[in-house]
Amino acid sequence: MAGGKYLLGGLLFIVAAAVGPFLPAWLISLLTISLASALVVLGLILLWRAGLVSFGQALYYAIGAYAVALMMRWTGIHDAFVAVIVAALAAALTAYLVGFLLARYREIFFAMLSLALSMILYGVLVKTEALGSTDGFNVSTPTFLGYAPHGFALTIALYWFALALGAVAAMCVSAYMQSVAGALAVPVRDNEIRVEYLGVSVTKLIHLKLVIAGTLAGVGGAVAAMSISHVDPAMSYWTTSGGFVFITILAGAGSVAAAFIGSILFELVRTASVALMPGTWQLILGTVLLLTILFVPGGLASLFVRRRKVAGEGAQ
Amino acid sequence: MTPVISVRDLQKTFGSVVAARDINVDIPALQTVGIIGANGAGKTTFVNMITGHIRPSSGSIFFAGKDVTGLPSRTICRMGISRSFQVAQIFPSLTVYENMCAAAAIARTNASVVRYALMPLLNEAAIAETEEAIKLFQLSKYRNAQAATLPQGVRKLLDIAMAVAGRPQVLLLDEPTSGISVEEKYDLMEIVMGALKSRKVTVLFVEHDMELVERFAERVLAFYDGTVISDGSPAEVLGDPRVQELITGHAIARSGSVAHA
Amino acid sequence: MLLGLAILTDGLVYAAYLFIVAVGLSLIFGVMKILNVAHGAFYAFGAYCAATAAGMYFDRGLPDAGGFLIMALAALAVGLVLGLILERTILRLVYGKDEVIIVLVTYAAFLILEDVILLIWGPSSLFAYQPLVIAGNFMIGPLVLSGYDLGLVLLAVVLAVGGFYGLRYTRYGRLLTAVIFDRETAAAFGVNVTRFFTVTFLIGAMLGALGGAAMAPKISVTLGIGVEVIVLAFAVVAVGGMGSMEGALVGALIVGLCRAAAVHLLPQVELFVIYAVMALVLVFRPHGLFTRAQPRKI
Repeated sequence: MAGGKYLLGGLLFIVAAAVGPFLPAWLISLLTISLASALVVLGLILLWRAGLVSFGQALYYAIGAYAVALMMRWTGIHDAFVAVIVAALAAALTAYLVGFLLARYREIFFAMLSLALSMILYGVLVKTEALGSTDGFNVSTPTFLGYAPHGFALTIALYWFALALGAVAAMCVSAYMQSVAGALAVPVRDNEIRVEYLGVSVTKLIHLKLVIAGTLAGVGGAVAAMSISHVDPAMSYWTTSGGFVFITILAGAGSVAAAFIGSILFELVRTASVALMPGTWQLILGTVLLLTILFVPGGLASLFVRRRKVAGEGAQ
Repeated sequence: MTPVISVRDLQKTFGSVVAARDINVDIPALQTVGIIGANGAGKTTFVNMITGHIRPSSGSIFFAGKDVTGLPSRTICRMGISRSFQVAQIFPSLTVYENMCAAAAIARTNASVVRYALMPLLNEAAIAETEEAIKLFQLSKYRNAQAATLPQGVRKLLDIAMAVAGRPQVLLLDEPTSGISVEEKYDLMEIVMGALKSRKVTVLFVEHDMELVERFAERVLAFYDGTVISDGSPAEVLGDPRVQELITGHAIARSGSVAHA
Repeated sequence: MLLGLAILTDGLVYAAYLFIVAVGLSLIFGVMKILNVAHGAFYAFGAYCAATAAGMYFDRGLPDAGGFLIMALAALAVGLVLGLILERTILRLVYGKDEVIIVLVTYAAFLILEDVILLIWGPSSLFAYQPLVIAGNFMIGPLVLSGYDLGLVLLAVVLAVGGFYGLRYTRYGRLLTAVIFDRETAAAFGVNVTRFFTVTFLIGAMLGALGGAAMAPKISVTLGIGVEVIVLAFAVVAVGGMGSMEGALVGALIVGLCRAAAVHLLPQVELFVIYAVMALVLVFRPHGLFTRAQPRKI
């Protein structure tokens, strides 16, 4: 059963990589950005499974993006692989530090505090002249282990790069969900007292989830920065976080694949609505969010995963 | 032989209210101890202090010779003192099987949270533990039922089964039969005590039903006004005139109707 | 000395603004346990309606006082209508669900209403400067104060006093306090909790819209004003303690004064000082200054 899922995922990955060169450039860029969002959403799904909604995931997203941009600006290193590692480390460190505070909170207070923390970064970025204030600044063209493509080749290279990152992240998150710590998400949401009296620290579990989610968001931010070749403070604004939360709810907590499908749908609808019906993007967003919560509370995932399997009841 | 639990001059005050005072008890390994007393006599406070849920105001608690006073409940649990709750603490959105799996996966693996992230949930030991517990606590019928839908008695069983998944040396049961009808109480205790017998565990249970206490306890602690007023075999304690006057009333036979929470 | 005075007056004016905006949010949370993101949209609608009303009224040369009244009435009316629509159609469906789910529902409503504003008023900004001009300026010692700012402080005081009085001494207020304290017990004693929810939500929505109307003359009424306000109002109620009148007041004062101090002393930190204060308060008082954490029972 699990093997089949990996096989299907692998096939999709190959198909997605193979069709890349035949797609128009705008669509490839759209897919790359979707993959960046999907990375963030994967992390949010881990938190959502434990009953936590972060309205501040843009904090790590922006940290990742700015880390890449600054590294390229200051050090002259332009390698995408190094960039992603730097972004992941920067975001992980941030998440680790704020985690000491955030991991103590639940529900609305968790959402609000994570929002406040991301808004602090926003305030700092907007007021820092050296980082271009509200305008942000441009990100130089990345290279890939010495390969330095331009134009369409660069678009494709970034797409493949993002696709590979997405595949690795999907596998890691999937493995994490099957692990003891990952499977304890629903128990944490259901009953913290029992988890504590089984001898596991709920705070530490949530702290770990925060670091994983933060790292993923940082990598997402790095991909986005290289793809858009620009960073600005809006990346840390709460509406950016709101967009990620939106995709998470749309995707549902049940499936890793849903994060990718949700992200692609999100970007497609955004592009379509901006092009065809300007001024209605948020209207559509809000309506879809509302309808999802009211009629498909499990998200897209619940449509193709028949029964939620959380702690796994395989052995029968 | 050192007693497995040893309590010295235990005291707990909440503001001006004295919830526990001058408690001195030694419990040898593998004893089954019933704890009786009216509501507010300090039974749950006693259980909560031993399991680290609340910190005593003064006095000390030793577990197998080690001072565990004031340690966090998680640490105490890891050391080998587990507990069940008056209101069953289970994971309502998981099935019985999944509940047990979660408990079994953690049980006997004293790992850091990061190690847990790299450890698969379903290993052979955890599955074996789960299967055994389901059999032992007679939960097979409910194995795939969502825990939220379980009848009260089954919830209690699951709660206790999860509490002993870690093979604790000491198990404290806080009113295992509260909220259970008089007819079912006895069956429930039979299953629990039968299962626990095979697990080699020291049991302390809080109980209002004197018939159950007489039947299952080897020793009884009678609490009144925050302290132990009588300590001995069930016959001694239940025959103690002070216990009869202050806790059980004169006719033990009335026990079925003794008020409980 | 002068700097201190300037910080104090600026801080008070800003606090008044924050209180007017946050009090409705706090009320709704206290009674219904709903963190209403759509509050930002109520605010924006209030501002737009008031600005539109001002534009229509002041050009005709009618008595000035009437203009203020019209602006307030326009805002209250739109708050009432929007609140009613939202509560009766959407919120009704999610009562009793997870608090976080309800936040997301109000977030969805907020997104929709933002675009409705765009559809009604278009992308250009509105200016309702007339009340500022009418209220004029005056001097206290070396400081120039705007009469309108003073009016804002007065409005905040009126709302605060009215709120305290209303909660303590009116029948509705006392019943409301009972609902805030313990919803189930209040229901068991025959309080129609659902009715209270509707009424409370409407009052909260009207307060949000009124806040927008009050601020309309001071800002350019443009797209996205609701977005900023909602985060600010969150910060205020989080500092003070969600769902407490005193909390909203103290939260507004703390945040207002901190921001004014930052503006005058260290302008670089102006934007983030608010959230830093909020984070700091939450570190030490996880549920805000005026709310006591509920102990967990087992």
